[in-house]
Amino acid sequence: MSTSTGTDHSLDSFGDATASATRVTPGNALRPEDIALQDTAPATEAIAQYALRLGDDALIYAQRNAHWVSRGPELEEDIALGNITLDQLGHARSFLTYAGKKWGKTEDDLAYWREEEEFTSLHLVEQPNGDFAETTVRGLFLAIYQHLLYTRLLESSDRTLAAISAKALKEVDYHLEHAELWTLRLGQGTEESARRMRRALEKLWPYVEELFQDEPLYEELEGVAPRPSSLREEWDARLADILERAGLAVPEVPYAMCFGRRGEHSEHLGYILAEMQVLARKHPGATW
Amino acid sequence: MAVHQETGGHLTAVQSPEDAEGQARFDAIIAEDSRIEPRDWMPEAYRKSLTRQMSQHAHSEIIGMQPEANWITRAPSLKRKSILIAKVQDEAGHGLYLYSATETLGTDRDTLNDQLLAGRAKYSSIFNYPARTWADMGAIGWLVDGAAIANQVPLCRASYGPYGRAMVRICKEESFHQRQGFEILLELANGTEAQRKMAQDAINRFYAPALMMFGPSDNDSPNSKQSMAWNVKRFSNDDLRQRFVGMIAEQVKVLGLTLPDPELRYDEETGQWIHMELDWDEFNRVIKGGGPCNAQRMARRREAHEEGAWVREAAAAYARKQQEQKEQVA
Amino acid sequence: MTMSTPQDAQHNASSAGWPLWEVFVRSSRGLSHVHAGSLHAPDAEMAVRNARDLYTRRNEGVSLWVVRSTDIMTSDPEAKDAMFESPKGKDYRHATYYTKSEGVKHL
Repeated sequence: MSTSTGTDHSLDSFGDATASATRVTPGNALRPEDIALQDTAPATEAIAQYALRLGDDALIYAQRNAHWVSRGPELEEDIALGNITLDQLGHARSFLTYAGKKWGKTEDDLAYWREEEEFTSLHLVEQPNGDFAETTVRGLFLAIYQHLLYTRLLESSDRTLAAISAKALKEVDYHLEHAELWTLRLGQGTEESARRMRRALEKLWPYVEELFQDEPLYEELEGVAPRPSSLREEWDARLADILERAGLAVPEVPYAMCFGRRGEHSEHLGYILAEMQVLARKHPGATW
Repeated sequence: MAVHQETGGHLTAVQSPEDAEGQARFDAIIAEDSRIEPRDWMPEAYRKSLTRQMSQHAHSEIIGMQPEANWITRAPSLKRKSILIAKVQDEAGHGLYLYSATETLGTDRDTLNDQLLAGRAKYSSIFNYPARTWADMGAIGWLVDGAAIANQVPLCRASYGPYGRAMVRICKEESFHQRQGFEILLELANGTEAQRKMAQDAINRFYAPALMMFGPSDNDSPNSKQSMAWNVKRFSNDDLRQRFVGMIAEQVKVLGLTLPDPELRYDEETGQWIHMELDWDEFNRVIKGGGPCNAQRMARRREAHEEGAWVREAAAAYARKQQEQKEQVA
Repeated sequence: MTMSTPQDAQHNASSAGWPLWEVFVRSSRGLSHVHAGSLHAPDAEMAVRNARDLYTRRNEGVSLWVVRSTDIMTSDPEAKDAMFESPKGKDYRHATYYTKSEGVKHL
């Protein structure tokens, strides 16, 4: 059934009154489908491995955040979190599609048919949503990080990585604003919200160091990707600025030893994957 | 405010001169099929009836997010996951459009939400059925959204302006909802034996509840007549239902699957589709709270609302502080 | 006036003090902002963000306005006849009134 063409009873006349405010256009943007159609695969194994890392971070983060849909603290916020989730899932699909071209695999092959130890995600994105404060802090850490990273990747010698990052950067820009707006409001809102924010910072701070660890992989990514350690200084400065305005501070807790990049994950990832992959794996070879 | 008396299904009123004038203007607007806007005089019964209908509609969108949200984390491909998130998110949006339209009638969203959480408000009973399998995402899109669209398209011309405008927006956005559902089923129907079975099973479970979404037969629907006189409802429940059944009877052939209705046929003489008798006892039981998932749906909604309270309060407190600071500077 | 005006009703209590905002969307450059609907938000900044998420999910807009619902003044619908009577009958304000010049080019 179509709602845009009339059949009888002139059921389908929408009128012009709201035409301008409801105009819908698909827009132009780089989609995972476009990347799948391109001839270019990552030039080296290292570039494919790198794209895989970016894809895994965005995928697991989206999978976690998706749980908020229908559970937001207010309906308007439900929609905002949904948007961020959709954006991240889109980035994941683009990066995974690109990575997979090196190995003749699709985004779904990589998402649904790899084992836990083959995933390369950061421990930060694997952490449970917790309350809205924890989700906000995790979002803030990640948004600043992704914003810095994708900005640097605009200059990548790998044109596909640069193109995906350009699209992602515009969206992460919004994620960062969203996280910042909420950090200010929760930090300076009520006693309770400030307390929850402090607790969230303490809970998630241990997983920050992993974001900036350089792996041997980066020896082979000269000109392609920035070393994570090179992002740290600006990340710290930006975070400090936001936390200060929110009346919050970086907590004094030790960093956790995390090696997600080499497949050593938090205890959470097994459950995340079990849920994400259960249906696809029940029907090997099926299309959906 | 005028005092209204119910007499034989028609409203008469002991009216003040202002109300009589307002009533005359209201009647004239309805007679020429024009639109009533928020600040126009309107009969209390019209305001009340629309508030009830529109808020039920809004609640249905919000509760309706749950069965589908149940499959977001398990969607079998990343593309399907994206589509499903976008769809469930749209439903939150549609709930919001409808709540904001309802608020123009003078009842704020908190009150409407309280009515829902206290169990005093109804919502579409179909959402009290569980979404057991991935194929249910297909059946919900194709049959449930299909039935909703069939109901909603005529509402784009509802006499209450804000309602009609909200429905225009919703109908435009929902056009993808039914298609994505149909395509899920099409993919399953052309897939493995297990997938095909899953699809047929979902259709079997959602067919009758979807037909019941149009409401009881016209003879048993006391509000229908008044609603049509007010140009809110444009077609009777039975008209819409059999129009819908006619459409899905054709569409199911494309899937190569069947509708679980041995009595379904087109009657050449009357030009009507004949379908099986629906189980209205079950319908009433679900409406009264006894469906498989009523308790679960309400608990989930309450939980989200309660757990969000500190967030809403914090944001409100922050806004107050900012305002105070601004005033001090000024 | 005998009826209450619903838009003025107690909207402020909603959502722990999140007031109601009216949203206006400019769908593309060169067009006016058009009323799209309303939403709740704690403050103006969040109202703009929420409006972006709620009313422009499908590229509907290039610009947004939000304004507190309570800050909108409207004409009185009861006085509609008096309010909008004056222009009626003044058809000499419209080009169509001038029939004798019809057919003269570029006029």
